[in-house]
Amino acid sequence: MKTKKKNWYDYLWVLSTLYMVIGFFNILFAWLGMICFLVPLAISIINGNKIYCNKYCGRGQLFDLLGKQLKLSRKKDIPHFIRSNWFRYGFLIFFLMMFANMLFSTYLVFIGSSGLKQIVSLLWSFKLPWHFAYRGSSLSPWVVQYAFGFYSVMLTSTVLGLITMLLYKPRSWCVYCPMGTMTQGICKIKN
Amino acid sequence: MTGRRIKKYAVVTKRYCVGCGSCIKECPKEAISVPNGVFAIVDLEKCVGCGLCVKICPASVIHIKTDSKEAL
Repeated sequence: MKTKKKNWYDYLWVLSTLYMVIGFFNILFAWLGMICFLVPLAISIINGNKIYCNKYCGRGQLFDLLGKQLKLSRKKDIPHFIRSNWFRYGFLIFFLMMFANMLFSTYLVFIGSSGLKQIVSLLWSFKLPWHFAYRGSSLSPWVVQYAFGFYSVMLTSTVLGLITMLLYKPRSWCVYCPMGTMTQGICKIKN
Repeated sequence: MTGRRIKKYAVVTKRYCVGCGSCIKECPKEAISVPNGVFAIVDLEKCVGCGLCVKICPASVIHIKTDSKEAL
């Protein structure tokens, strides 16, 4: 069978991997993860499509690489309730609530009623000490707090994605990815 | 002479499609697209019913349909 020609965007999984690795050394780079939030939203609002998910999602490519090329996935069907709208939109609401909670923690640091917490919250429950990724800077503490919070969001979603990649099909994360659900919802409204 | 012509093609259950585009990359005939960002659409002229999209679809919303027609 003919092999498809690779494009530059087929290697965006490298950036996704680097992002997760750099978070162990310098948490401030977590701010770059905003790209993965803002770009798909902007594309769906402006163009009314999911080309970000289809072509440019480095995380999806990474799961594809691990699950399909490296054969780490069981390639089983995902339970049907996960693909239902109530689960997908429910998970989106839960995700946004947790995101709002993270923004509130950042706000508390911003107004000075809370100190900087150098922890990463995994799966919204496990507080992991992450002081090794921050050695001080001239930046406001809230900027650093947001980086810790955002990296928590990215790490949690990556871990969930890896678990479902192993258990089901490589890109099972895409079924309940909050960004995918949100951009699909925007496209439904637009089209 | 008459014969039976069998046509296989992929069908997407639009209601549960998440529009992730895994099938787009997998399709060797470039027969699938997600133009509206909501669900995948299969170009039946291009689709050969190989089933690669069925295997990769994370939501398991694609299946292969077989139509057989009398052909002259």
